[in-house]
Amino acid sequence: MTTAETEQSSKLREQIRQVLNAQAQPTITVLSSLIAVQDSIHYLPDEAIKETATFCGSTINEVWSVASFYTNFRFTKPGDKTLDVCWGPSCHLVGAQQILDSVHAALEIKEEGESPDGKVTLKYNTCLGACAQGPVIAINHHLIGKQTPESAAKIARELRGQSS
Amino acid sequence: MSTPFEDLQARAAKRWSELTEGESAWIRVGGGTSGQAAGADAVLEAFKSSVESTGVNANVSMVSAMGLMYLEPQVDILMPNGARVYYGNVEPEEAKAIVEQHVKEGKPLTERAFAYSGGDGTGVGNLPELQSMPMVSLQQRIATRNFGDTDPHDLLQYVANGGYTALNRALTEMTPAEIVDEVKAAGLRGRGGAAFPAGVKWSFLAPSDAPVKYVLCNCEEGDPGAFNDKGIIENDPHTLVEGLIINGYATRSTHGYIFIRTGHELPIESARKAIAAAYEAGLLGKNILGTDFSFDMEVSLTGDSYVAGEETALMEAIEGKRSTPRFKPPFPAAAGLWQKPTNINNVKTLAYVPEIVRNGSDWFKSIGTETTSGTAIVCLSGHITYPGMYEVPMGMTIREVLEKVGGGVSVGERIKVLQAGGPLNGLLGEDAFDTMIDFDAMSAAGASIGSGGIIVGNETVNVVDLLRSLIAFNQFESCGKCFPCRLGNTHMLEILDRMCQNKAKSADLALLERVGTSMKAGSLCGHGQLGFNPIASALKYFGDEIKSCLAGEIAPGGVFGDGTMILPTRTRP
Repeated sequence: MTTAETEQSSKLREQIRQVLNAQAQPTITVLSSLIAVQDSIHYLPDEAIKETATFCGSTINEVWSVASFYTNFRFTKPGDKTLDVCWGPSCHLVGAQQILDSVHAALEIKEEGESPDGKVTLKYNTCLGACAQGPVIAINHHLIGKQTPESAAKIARELRGQSS
Repeated sequence: MSTPFEDLQARAAKRWSELTEGESAWIRVGGGTSGQAAGADAVLEAFKSSVESTGVNANVSMVSAMGLMYLEPQVDILMPNGARVYYGNVEPEEAKAIVEQHVKEGKPLTERAFAYSGGDGTGVGNLPELQSMPMVSLQQRIATRNFGDTDPHDLLQYVANGGYTALNRALTEMTPAEIVDEVKAAGLRGRGGAAFPAGVKWSFLAPSDAPVKYVLCNCEEGDPGAFNDKGIIENDPHTLVEGLIINGYATRSTHGYIFIRTGHELPIESARKAIAAAYEAGLLGKNILGTDFSFDMEVSLTGDSYVAGEETALMEAIEGKRSTPRFKPPFPAAAGLWQKPTNINNVKTLAYVPEIVRNGSDWFKSIGTETTSGTAIVCLSGHITYPGMYEVPMGMTIREVLEKVGGGVSVGERIKVLQAGGPLNGLLGEDAFDTMIDFDAMSAAGASIGSGGIIVGNETVNVVDLLRSLIAFNQFESCGKCFPCRLGNTHMLEILDRMCQNKAKSADLALLERVGTSMKAGSLCGHGQLGFNPIASALKYFGDEIKSCLAGEIAPGGVFGDGTMILPTRTRP
């Protein structure tokens, strides 16, 4: 690592340590720690795995086993905004596949991940919990219901800063 | 001298009368996850600024959602004369006109409203009374009794409507054993899906003299189509907190956990605020309400994992590990969370408990059917005219719920298929619509009340495509611990994929059945054991359609695009 990288990494480690120590609930575990870190910096870099292991008195292996199990965790930096699209059976019946298709086109990607400009991360969600308003999407966990392929694509383009 | 609870009640009564009996109007905007998805936040802001700019005397608050989700964003206005008028599908731009005409001039916009309640019935034109609407009158609201009326973040509003009287009664007048007996006598069966009698479960934990014992509340609720657990927590969290404290007292436990999936911001925030408020009011912590009983409670978050809703996997998640199921025995009542004696109940089960203790087991037993007392909290979604969350007495038929409460099919000509009780339960066809909603009748029909979700599909739905969506969900969510479940779901998904692409072979049906049998025999928890249910029930009700698909014909409705489904590529390592 270059000096700049080392410095950046130690800054990140310090930030992660603060998040880990700031957990307010009585029960603190590997999982609660990983959730806290991801809530704060939106992904789990290597530093997060190592610091969590130290903080919880656990091993890197054990922390990895937890982090790789839960599908909400991610290990690379996400885009500026996260767009969740529900693909669960309830939204499926009212057109979720068509919405995924149009959002793919708007973001210029073919599966989950970042748009080429790095502005938006697309995530498929198994159920966002507002089935009565389906098809549902969410921007940074804020839900928007009753979508059509056109409205969802418009939102996706706007998130990229493109005029619709 | 008044007791601590009487002091609390006095404060609550004062608060409630300020809101409902003063000179101010009370504008209530229905919230919740569904309300938010419909745009309630912007509507709330619009009403706040309209009240400010018009200078009228009115309180504006976001309250719990009524459950009539097809009308969201929903707003109602209680005028000082006691009349309450309800508006549905409100746009933020309408707020100013509603405030000016209704609140300032006292003339409700009857052409924009959908119902009224209270008052003397004048000035509301031809509006129906709220109670006369079938989707309201057919409900019997116990767990959801405060929905639409109170601010979920205000403990005093909950207390003013009878809240925590059951806890006070339990702690001051009843022994733990009496409460367990009361819950047993009420015939309360677990609402998480397994329908095990709650009182009996509690009685497994109660006798243990261990110094630390846990009661857990399961709100993992990953089931697509079900939103009633999260609905209760975000709309009336104190009914759950009260239920869990009573559960703790009855089983002589020391700690409670409410278990929710991360990312569901509103239920999480609601639960956390409710617990903090309960501590502050002396309803949690040491010597609750001045008695000898002490009990602590916190929220525990899980990552995204459907199997975390299985009881032993849930304990693994609270302990911070991968949420995979454990071998049983030992059962949780002997060695559960951190190997301590533990009970686990679903949100809905616990939400009934305060009302059972308050009104007695005979009252609860009088509602519902012989074998399943109480109500079902049904979530309707899909091709249904009035999607929403409705609490109906057990024993109502599925058809009544679909047609009278749900208003029938929304688009298309008829309801063809239902997915009831979550993705591990069955599909139902029209032959089953006269089945009673009751644990035993539903299970005889090949489905389950399960989580209470009913996803409705019209005649254009291709059953094989719907099955593929369900199995894709189950495949994605398999925790991977037992290979028959991990590989079986993958294998079934491949076969269903072939069927949707006209590439299936006639031998595929036998193969599906063989895979299903292995999953049932070789899996540790319900995820694998029940994983073949959707296909088994589809064969029962839609056998011809599935067989024609196997013969190379795509069934009605077709599939999207070239027949390949867009699915997450990431799986558990």
